[in-house]
Amino acid sequence: MANTDNATTHAALTGHEEHDAHGEHAGHDEHADHGKPHGFWHRWLTSTNHKDIGTMYLVFSCIMFFIGGAHAMLIRAELFHPGLQFFDPGTFNTLTTYHGLIMIFGAIMPAFVGLANWMVPMMVGAPDMALPRMNNYSFWILPFAFALLIGSEFVPGGGGGTGWTIYPPLSVEQGYALPMMIFAIHMMGASSIMGAINVIVTIMNMRAPGMSLLRMPLFVWTWLITAFLLIAVMPVLAGAVTMLLTDHFFGTSFFNAAGGGDPVMFQHIFWFFGHPEVYIMILPAFGIISEIIPTFSRKPLFGYDAMIYATASIAFLSFIVWAHHMFTVGLPLASELFFMLSTMLIAIPTGVKVFNWVATMYRGSISYEPPMLWAVAFVFLFSIGGFSGLMLALAPADFQYQDTYFVVAHFHYVLLTGAAFGIMGGVYYWLPKWTGHMYNMTLAKWHFWMSAIWANVLFFPQHFLGLAGMPRRVPDYATQFTDWNVVSSIGGFAFGLSQILFVILLWQCARGGERATGRVWEGARGLEWELPSPAPYHSWTEAPSMATLERGAPMHQTHG
Amino acid sequence: MKIKPRLLLATLAGLCPLLAAPAAHAAWTLNLTPGVDQVSRDIYGLHMLAFWWCVAIAVVVFGVMIYSMARFRHSRGVVADTGLTHNTRVEIIWTTIPVLILISMAVPAARVLVETTDASGSQMDIRVTGYQWRWTYEYVGTGVKFVSSLDRMSDAARQLGSTIDPYSVPHYLLNVDHPLVVPAGVKIRVLVTGGDVIHSWWVPDFGIKKDAIPGYVNEAWFDVDPDKLGTYRGQCAELCGRDHGFMPVVVKVVSKADFATWLKQQQEAEKTQPPTAATSTSASAAAPAAALAAPSG
Repeated sequence: MANTDNATTHAALTGHEEHDAHGEHAGHDEHADHGKPHGFWHRWLTSTNHKDIGTMYLVFSCIMFFIGGAHAMLIRAELFHPGLQFFDPGTFNTLTTYHGLIMIFGAIMPAFVGLANWMVPMMVGAPDMALPRMNNYSFWILPFAFALLIGSEFVPGGGGGTGWTIYPPLSVEQGYALPMMIFAIHMMGASSIMGAINVIVTIMNMRAPGMSLLRMPLFVWTWLITAFLLIAVMPVLAGAVTMLLTDHFFGTSFFNAAGGGDPVMFQHIFWFFGHPEVYIMILPAFGIISEIIPTFSRKPLFGYDAMIYATASIAFLSFIVWAHHMFTVGLPLASELFFMLSTMLIAIPTGVKVFNWVATMYRGSISYEPPMLWAVAFVFLFSIGGFSGLMLALAPADFQYQDTYFVVAHFHYVLLTGAAFGIMGGVYYWLPKWTGHMYNMTLAKWHFWMSAIWANVLFFPQHFLGLAGMPRRVPDYATQFTDWNVVSSIGGFAFGLSQILFVILLWQCARGGERATGRVWEGARGLEWELPSPAPYHSWTEAPSMATLERGAPMHQTHG
Repeated sequence: MKIKPRLLLATLAGLCPLLAAPAAHAAWTLNLTPGVDQVSRDIYGLHMLAFWWCVAIAVVVFGVMIYSMARFRHSRGVVADTGLTHNTRVEIIWTTIPVLILISMAVPAARVLVETTDASGSQMDIRVTGYQWRWTYEYVGTGVKFVSSLDRMSDAARQLGSTIDPYSVPHYLLNVDHPLVVPAGVKIRVLVTGGDVIHSWWVPDFGIKKDAIPGYVNEAWFDVDPDKLGTYRGQCAELCGRDHGFMPVVVKVVSKADFATWLKQQQEAEKTQPPTAATSTSASAAAPAAALAAPSG
């Protein structure tokens, strides 16, 4: 790490062929971190480096997972037994509301932005993100947004108790918490939009020569599509919450029936954002899984084109299905039919993706390192979430499922064992590339098995609770629901505790461990594996050669 | 250790209603109730149809996946077939079959959907209004209107720091002071609206869940089988604030004769008692009970 000053001559001296060699032989230092700013504040506060910002996003997201998880633990503690033991019902509503907001906007979304920051430039052969200063802003908005959001839990009158969906008229009844929540949402939205613009510009403009669109790794593709979704819908959310704000403080009646407004209109606007948002949280996970499964099956991804078309179809369909969240609001029959059928259509591209993953494994040569374990669990458990999603799509059946624990089970299968497991898989996949060290495999497997088992103990019984008639967002329940709630709570506590293993593992891996090779995984293909581990501070100071590109991206070599 | 007697209790509590009240759900319940009217049974049928399709798909997809995972292991020295990246025929097949499966579900789903929205020919209207945190029921045209709130025992037991064991309260959280009383074998239309925020009126056994939204009147209907007399319980299903979990829906289904008697009693009571705050708003209180033209079916 000593002679890192010759940044300008570095590329010329080493050349891309040497880059390639480093991929195979770990331990070369010249690449490591030239141009890295010195001093803690200088480096982290003012950073414009995609890796540092990516790391900050991921650390932030991890902290939010634990804060959101702490909310979940409190919820499960209250639901362990019928009767109110710990919380007043208002406080309980606050817990569910902030659990949702923190997990969605604080944990899942920033984790994907962090992964995109780290990996997209490396995967497309770019030195950094296209708009590094904006990258810094988009991250540093988040701590302030969440200080405001979490702060609003403690204002006089208590936090917002509306659920993350903040439906009026209930939300307009909230006290000081409401404007704080709304401003926090505005800030998160601004951050997300900036992040999305950055991803799009990077992918569109910074690809190495020869990295055509149809050569891009699936993770890059899914993120590109996700970024367009983000730009399309975050302003819609901002508009919806702004109307709430003016209804509350400036006497407008957008959603106030007494003033000629329409409370259902909020739901339409909210879910026009909310449904694409669901795919914003799952499409990048699809991308990660599409990277991991070929690597550990030692076989190119099956149906690369179909995967891209399927992702694009899902993104398109996400704009025309929103009212399936509103089957019980009294939509006209024609609307109900339309939204039921359009929702059912989503099963087709989603099915194609699952079939492609299975076909990738078929006649592969599979090994089960930790990333693959998460990927396999993802395919199984996300599919279960997909099955319950299909059932929920049937409008008349949804009359029974709507707002019950069946829905809670469904979206935790797609968001926890789907999106979050995808993130976990991605972290375990790329962590050696980031730190330059292999992690503790035993600990990683323990973390996986504990998470996978307890997540099912936690959420599978919630299907039964919902079908038996337990509504969601209730602090207390009739005694016949006790047994499955006990099981679910035990699963919840065990799942929460298991995540401590993850933190220990990350800490150990950041500090040291067996040196990772550039390739890291025997079957890994892609430009990120052509860089040494840890990846140099500036990823591709010189565009990778065609030879590197061919070696790095043979997965999709059918495209000339 | 601490859980065991509770589980035993729960099991017993689960068995009792099987013998006594058909509406209550047993503990460890796994599935949706088929309910007590045609719509709820149709919904149940749809639910099971979708469920078995999901099981079938899962068996096939997970089957192939588990087979691949076990068979094509690197540790067994299997060499990957790296050429297997496309197969147009297979891809067409696995796009077409799901379409057919979806159609096989969409057709009955659409049929049930049309059925649920067809309230024509109903013989009786009940106006259901959700308030924080109680329901009011008005038998349109009869002058009968009352408020239905969580019963006192549940309400005492559910307080934070209460020492009352929820298990000692009959139908804890699913009991009200004044249940809705309806006749069996009569097509009844409910007109659901919200008085303050959005609520949702849900009776699982009738297959009805309708949001109660201020400014909207939503329509739903049920027609309980004549032999399914009993008490059916549901809850508010849309987060409506602090006590959202404490505004149950209880419907007592009685025979037509019993209903006529009950209605007459209620009307007598309305006449003799000065109207309470809840009933005073009823403009139709003085109207004769003509609208309910002798529910003869």
